[in-house]
Formats: sequence, structure tokens, C-alpha cells
Amino acid sequence: MLSRVIAVSASGLKSTAPLGAGLIQASRSLHTSSPSLAPVPPLPEAGKVRHGIVPEEFFQLLYPKTGATGPYMLGTGLSVWLLSKELYVINHETVAALTVGTVFVLAVKKFGPSFASAMDKMEEEKAAWIEDVKDQAMACYVDAIEEEKKEQWRVEGRSMLFDAKRNNVSMLLETNYRERLHHANHEVKRRLDYQLALQHLKVRMEKEHMVNWVEKNVVGSITAQQEKESIAKCISDLNVLAKNIQAKATA
Amino acid sequence: MADRAVPVVEKRLMEVKLGEIGTWVGGRDFTPNGMISSVRKGYERYLNKYIHVKKGGIGGLSMVLAGYVVLSYVWSFDHIKHDRMRKYH
Repeated sequence: MLSRVIAVSASGLKSTAPLGAGLIQASRSLHTSSPSLAPVPPLPEAGKVRHGIVPEEFFQLLYPKTGATGPYMLGTGLSVWLLSKELYVINHETVAALTVGTVFVLAVKKFGPSFASAMDKMEEEKAAWIEDVKDQAMACYVDAIEEEKKEQWRVEGRSMLFDAKRNNVSMLLETNYRERLHHANHEVKRRLDYQLALQHLKVRMEKEHMVNWVEKNVVGSITAQQEKESIAKCISDLNVLAKNIQAKATA
Repeated sequence: MADRAVPVVEKRLMEVKLGEIGTWVGGRDFTPNGMISSVRKGYERYLNKYIHVKKGGIGGLSMVLAGYVVLSYVWSFDHIKHDRMRKYH
């Protein structure tokens, strides 16, 4: 469980541990080796240790020849030999060692599990945070893919857009053309009307002038003599007419 | 069951037979680089096995401490010799 302390604090000790922070398994060489390592494999199981100091492999080594109690017998014999030959000397330091050992073992037994769970929780929080980062990145990429697909769909509509634009332009051209046609028409008509009016005017003026001239000549050609004769004739006509009417009235 | 023949020097120590130990030791890389790299590899193997694992126990650290205790006893044995209770064993 102290491995968890090391794992948690190792992020600050990158220089020593080749594996850096406990989570990023740099020994798996982030993405520089073959892609079969992605997704990152989980941490392996711990090597087993018996009684806190002897690795399990030692027991497995001796098991075929001496059975299950072999290593313990070996340990007993070894310690008895060390003591009897006084290769291990019992002095004041032995007492100190026993005391410290007892305290250590008791501390581990008492505080081990709670400490372990606290460290585990911390590790899990770190893992969740990193997972969150990864998930966010993934979500971003998924969104980007969606956007890209939508853009591709939009491109399909581009031809319709251009058709509409082309229609617009041709309509504008048509309108312009018709407008100018009408204008040209109108101008030509105006000029022709003018010429027509001019001709009418000319004819009319000639007519009037001729009439005036004829009248003037006729009036001028009436001599005094003719005038008297015509007046007398008019008077005689009038008398005849009056007689006729009188006759008609009485009859 | 024999796999393809592996040269002796490349075998791990546990798989070397007793008769081949001489060849094995002779073939190891004794240049400074080689020695440092072997120490480094052993260190990394220990770390990977007992410390950078999912649910490590006290064993990872206590084995190192026990080794330290033993080594320091061995180094100070000449001094401790004088505390012996009997002269002849």
C-alpha cells in the first residue's frame, strides 16, 4: 500500500523513477511503439510477498523438493545456525530492532487498509480526470466529424444555389434588354411622330394659306357694281319669299 | 520440449544450468555501460513488479528495508563482533 504513496508522489519525482507519474505508464512508451498498445493496458497485479519480506517465488522454488513447510524449515535452521555461531549477535541493538519491528508491524496492520483506500481513491480521481480529458477530446472530434458531414451535405446543395443565381442573372439581363428595347422603341416613335406632326402642320398651313388667298382674291374681285347687283337681287329674292309666305299663310 | 536454440549468455539466470554458469558469466557484458544498464534493468524490474502495480502491498517497500537492514548488519559485523557473549562457538 505504500506503493500508492510512491505512485501519488512520483509525479514530483520524475527524475528518479523512469516511469514518472503512477498513472501514465511511460514504460509502455506513449504511442511510439506499435498501435497494439492502445488502449493503454491496465496496471499489472502486484508480485506476491509472504510475511512482508519474502517473495512468493522463493516458496514456489522450494515447493517441488521440500513441500509447503520447506522454506519455513530453512528459515528456522538458518536462524538457529546464525544464533548458535553468533553470526547474529544479540546485543542492545536486538532489543531496539524488536521494538521497532513490532511498532512497524502493528502500524501497518492498523492503518494499512484505510491508508490504502485513501490512496486508491486519489488514484481513481486522477484517472477519472484524465479519462474526462480524453472523453472531452473524443466528443470534440465526434462533433467535428458531424460538422464535416454537414458541410459535405451542404456542398451537394451548391449546384442548386448556382442554378438559382444563374436564373437571377439571366432575369436581370432579360429585364435590362427589354427595358432598353422599349426605350429605343419609344425614342423612334417620338421622332416619327414629330415628322408626322410636321407634315400635318405643313399641309394644314398650305391649305389655310391657299384658302385665305382665294378668299382674299374673291373678296377683292367683287367690284362695287357687282355688289350693288347682288344686294338688289337679294332684296328682290327676299320680296318674293315674303310674298310666298304671305300667300301660304293666308291659303 | 526444445524451442529454437537460444545462446547460453542470453538465457535468464534461473534458466541457466549449473554447468553453463561459467560460460554465462563469461559472456555477460562487463563494460561500465553494460554494468550500469544491468543495474538499471534490475531496478526497473523490481519497480514494475512490486511498486507500479494496481494494488501494491507493504512487501514492495519492506523488502527494500529488510535488504537495507541485512546489508548494514553485514557491513558493521566487524564492529558487532566484539559484543559476542562467547568466544568459541
